[in-house]
Amino acid sequence: MSASTFGSGIRRREDPRLITGSASYTDDITLPGTLHAALLRSPYAHARINGIDTSQAASAQGVVAVYIGADTEGEIAPSPCAWLLPDSGLTIADYHCVARDTVRYVGDIVAVVVAETRHEAYDALDLIEVDYDPLDAVVEPKKAAADGAPQLHAEIAGNQAFHWTVTGGGDIDEAFSQADVVVKETIIQQRLIPNAMEPRATLASYTAATGELTVWNTTQNPHILRFLSSLVIGVPEDRLRVIAPEVGGGFGSKIAAYPADFITMFCSKKLGAPVKWVESRSENYQATTHGRDHVQEIELAATADGKIKGLRATVWAGMGAYLSTAAPGIPTILHGLMLSGVYDIPAIHEDVYGLYTNTTPVEAYRGAGRPEATFMVERLVDLLAAKLGLDPAEVRRRNFIPKFDDGHDVVTGLTYDSGNYDGALSKLLAEADYQQLRAEQAEARKNGRYIGLGLSTYVEICGLGPSQVAGAIGFQGGLWESAIVRFHPSGKVHVMIGASPHGQGEETTFAQIIAGELGVSPDDVKVIHGDTDNTPMGWGTYGSRTTAVGGAALALAARKIRDKAKVIAAHLLEAAVEDMDYDDGKFFVKGSPDSSKTIQDIALMANVAWNMPEGVEAGLEATTFYDPPNFVFPYGAHLAVVEVDAESGNVELKRYVAVDDCGPQINPVIVEGQVHGGIVQGIGQALWEEGVYDDDGQLLTGTMLDYALPRADRLPDIEVHSTVTPSPHHPLGVKGIGEAGTIASTAAVYNAVIDALAPLGVEAVNMPLTPERVWRSIQAAQGRN
Amino acid sequence: MFAPQFDYYRASSVAEAAALLEQHPDSKVLAGGHSLIPVLKLRLAAPSALIDIGRIDGIRGIREEAGRIVIGALTTHAEIAASATLQSGATALSEAAGMIGDPAVRNRGTIGGNVAHADPASDLPAVLRCLGAEFSIAGSSGTRTVDAADFFEGLMTTAVEEHEILTSISLPSGSGGQGSAYAKFSHPASRYAVIGAAASVAVADGVCSAASVALGGLVPAPVRAEAVEDALVGKALSAGAIADAARCVGDSLDDDEVLGDVYASAEYRSAVAHVWVGRALTAAAARCG
Ligand SMILES: Cc1cc2nc3c(=O)[nH]c(=O)nc-3n(C[C@H](O)[C@H](O)[C@H](O)COP(=O)(O)OP(=O)(O)OC[C@H]3O[C@@H](n4cnc5c(N)ncnc54)[C@H](O)[C@@H]3O)c2cc1C
Repeated sequence: MSASTFGSGIRRREDPRLITGSASYTDDITLPGTLHAALLRSPYAHARINGIDTSQAASAQGVVAVYIGADTEGEIAPSPCAWLLPDSGLTIADYHCVARDTVRYVGDIVAVVVAETRHEAYDALDLIEVDYDPLDAVVEPKKAAADGAPQLHAEIAGNQAFHWTVTGGGDIDEAFSQADVVVKETIIQQRLIPNAMEPRATLASYTAATGELTVWNTTQNPHILRFLSSLVIGVPEDRLRVIAPEVGGGFGSKIAAYPADFITMFCSKKLGAPVKWVESRSENYQATTHGRDHVQEIELAATADGKIKGLRATVWAGMGAYLSTAAPGIPTILHGLMLSGVYDIPAIHEDVYGLYTNTTPVEAYRGAGRPEATFMVERLVDLLAAKLGLDPAEVRRRNFIPKFDDGHDVVTGLTYDSGNYDGALSKLLAEADYQQLRAEQAEARKNGRYIGLGLSTYVEICGLGPSQVAGAIGFQGGLWESAIVRFHPSGKVHVMIGASPHGQGEETTFAQIIAGELGVSPDDVKVIHGDTDNTPMGWGTYGSRTTAVGGAALALAARKIRDKAKVIAAHLLEAAVEDMDYDDGKFFVKGSPDSSKTIQDIALMANVAWNMPEGVEAGLEATTFYDPPNFVFPYGAHLAVVEVDAESGNVELKRYVAVDDCGPQINPVIVEGQVHGGIVQGIGQALWEEGVYDDDGQLLTGTMLDYALPRADRLPDIEVHSTVTPSPHHPLGVKGIGEAGTIASTAAVYNAVIDALAPLGVEAVNMPLTPERVWRSIQAAQGRN
Repeated sequence: MFAPQFDYYRASSVAEAAALLEQHPDSKVLAGGHSLIPVLKLRLAAPSALIDIGRIDGIRGIREEAGRIVIGALTTHAEIAASATLQSGATALSEAAGMIGDPAVRNRGTIGGNVAHADPASDLPAVLRCLGAEFSIAGSSGTRTVDAADFFEGLMTTAVEEHEILTSISLPSGSGGQGSAYAKFSHPASRYAVIGAAASVAVADGVCSAASVALGGLVPAPVRAEAVEDALVGKALSAGAIADAARCVGDSLDDDEVLGDVYASAEYRSAVAHVWVGRALTAAAARCG
């Protein structure tokens, strides 16, 4: 194989256009006669609308149309929730794209202005008068579940969207009643606000003469958006084309189909002109989905020598005012089923209550459910270690699932594919020189310095997933992926995929897969994605599934090409197919590599078809729909080293070492990039980020001045290592890596801070670990406050 | 978001700018735009016109004049951070300017705009208060000079009147045996000061002969920490003496005035302010050559 194929760290081909500003995002696309939409959003978290006066706005300069909820009746169906969690009493409140009589979060859409310019549209918003009757609001999930809490939806008792449980293994109550030790904690997984570099945007263009609607949108999954839009807007799927041009990141916040998208489509249809809507950053903070927002009460039962016997938890998950597209599956399927972590836990029980609150809807956010699960398990293991006076690494070792290559069942019902958890931890401890760090920590403590070490050993579920499982868990779609590989006469290749990368680098890695399978240069392969009219159906890019599922489809399509090419080569070399051999893009008779046909030779012949074998079709092209037999389960071990300034409470992250196993790496540089970004987002949750609402439901962290994203100068160099355990069921053995870092790192940093503060008697601090929170916890532990 | 509509005028001299301000009620001076434009975009203000002073040459740059360092109002944070004159003569100021925001902010934002805006979380007001700055203000009726104690009047208010322009700021040149420093607890999102402490000390015969300490970030307008200064003068600047003196900072903070927000409460800021005062003093003492 040549140096630039599978496994080599070639540069991302996406980068030149991205870093020179020549990429084309939704907002860069303007059609002749494009009109601009602006949305009036509710300033109240909960209010009744008595009346709306749009007359002044309607006659303002440049304004073409103003719509309120009543104008959309019968034209825009409610924004759909498409994960119908079974056996959970799921109740879905109607999410009207434009509010009818009640608004339920700051940001709920109340009216739409379409004008000739964006500025005119925004100016006209100020002229709309809405008569509101404010109502009491509730923003915290556990409070929303309480008696007497303000009720969001008349038809839904107790604000409860669902109550989901997972029970597995032995009797959970017995595990706790017979335990030598029990450790408990209450954790607040604070609300996070995803910050994709590109805010959301839609351009919709309806042609009345043909009944065709073309939509450019910042989506992670254009085929799903087409499917849902056809249902909501009533344009048949064959007349609807969704294009995801360059998409500047998503982290889960661009999975959902949003009211604003449907409204823009509606406006274009109504007005017969292209209509564009682009959100501002403030609007993004208010109305693009948020992540996390759990209150978790967790406990662990164990023996005196540190063997885990049971894990029990109750979680109140804030869902926001309405259920976003995939929301119900996040704090349940992607969370509760992962509570065994990397450990052998004989009994597990969790109750998850999904609650409506007067806040922005909560959706998947990098890791989506799994960071919240890892955090619970990794906290409990550390608490157990502290209680028993054991090193946290040792307690982990006593409970790890032993190495396995082809399937291991955990009591939550999943079958992990492959793993060597002790291998990852051992490598981590060696790379970090853990013993030495513990010695330095002891020395520092003598000098009144508070250094802490935090471990997080994780496994995550990704590569979603078998479609039969999708159906069984209520996901209203399939979870397979597709790929078309097409050779042109000159031997150049087009790859069309149904998934929709938006920053992850698959244009590069997928070319490497083709290069590895077929011996062409990756430079000869163009990867086409994101346009429903010229890519095969696929379910999109999220849940670290594009390579894990779409990459498998692509490898299998390439193998079909290889099989066909071999038949053609045999014919041209006048040999029997069984006698043919293949190596690095060349087909030859076994033992005679000197007289060969290259894949390019075959591509030319297949395309001109002058001399094809009997019964073989012209063309060199293959399509695969790949439905994975199982999920994939990447894993690893992370270590954070922090120092806490006890005087001010400031936490400094001094070192971060990661060992991740995502199977064979197609491009190790891209893997490292994904690991870096993922880790930093998880560190953000531990130390800085929090979407804060006041009791009235006003978002207090509504701009980048208040919401603290991680910054490079507050981070150490991240040390990235890996082990390689192939997935037994994936054609390339690969697992996902897009979310792994985030899933691991929050717990590692948190555990490190608690470890640092142990001599001061601090046992828990709410995240993010701001200096004030840390300082207050020290004061309280020292009895000073 | 988008700014509301406004008219735009570019002034080529201070006199022209003053005249334009008089002609256009509700107008605002535009310098680097790094505080004003965000305010407009969030629609927190809607001036009828912006008077751009950004290309008036006479009010930018750093020069020494009669024992004082004079800094034109349009001098950028980056220029202040990089100025050898200020690095040696007013170290705390160049140090603070180098901690503002990020490079883009430092390359566009000006000292004049920073102090005229008088955001309580800004860095430069406390430093200028500490170093005893004087402010030259021009209006259609002439020029006047105001010292730092009178310039910063309160939350986002200064001695600059509606139709006036701040033209320059001057500082006494530092002398031998003296050192100054700025220590900052910066907000993780905005980078603004949660607590900012500026200190200037002079040492003669092994003991502190003069001290000036000012705080920003946690108060509406910068305050001098006189209790800290008094505790230091006459003492050798040992670590212990500095720490003890720094702990007196609470005496100079009025509990009702201390600011708090979702990130850091007033109570917390008051309780830990001494840490940054101590750091600024330690660094300033180390610079007394
Ligand atoms: C992302 C970001 C981070 C920042 N971080 C920090 C920080 O860490 N520390 C900090 O101190 N600051 C910070 N700032 C603010 C920055 O220092 C601004 O540049 C400064 O406050 C304003 O200067 P300007 O020249 O941009 O003024 P402008 O924005 O143009 O004007 C600000 C105000 O002052 C008035 N004005 C300007 N010049 C004059 C004058 N000569 N006479 C009279 N009135 C005048 C204007 O009318 C306006 O009201 C930050 C800003 C941003 C955008």
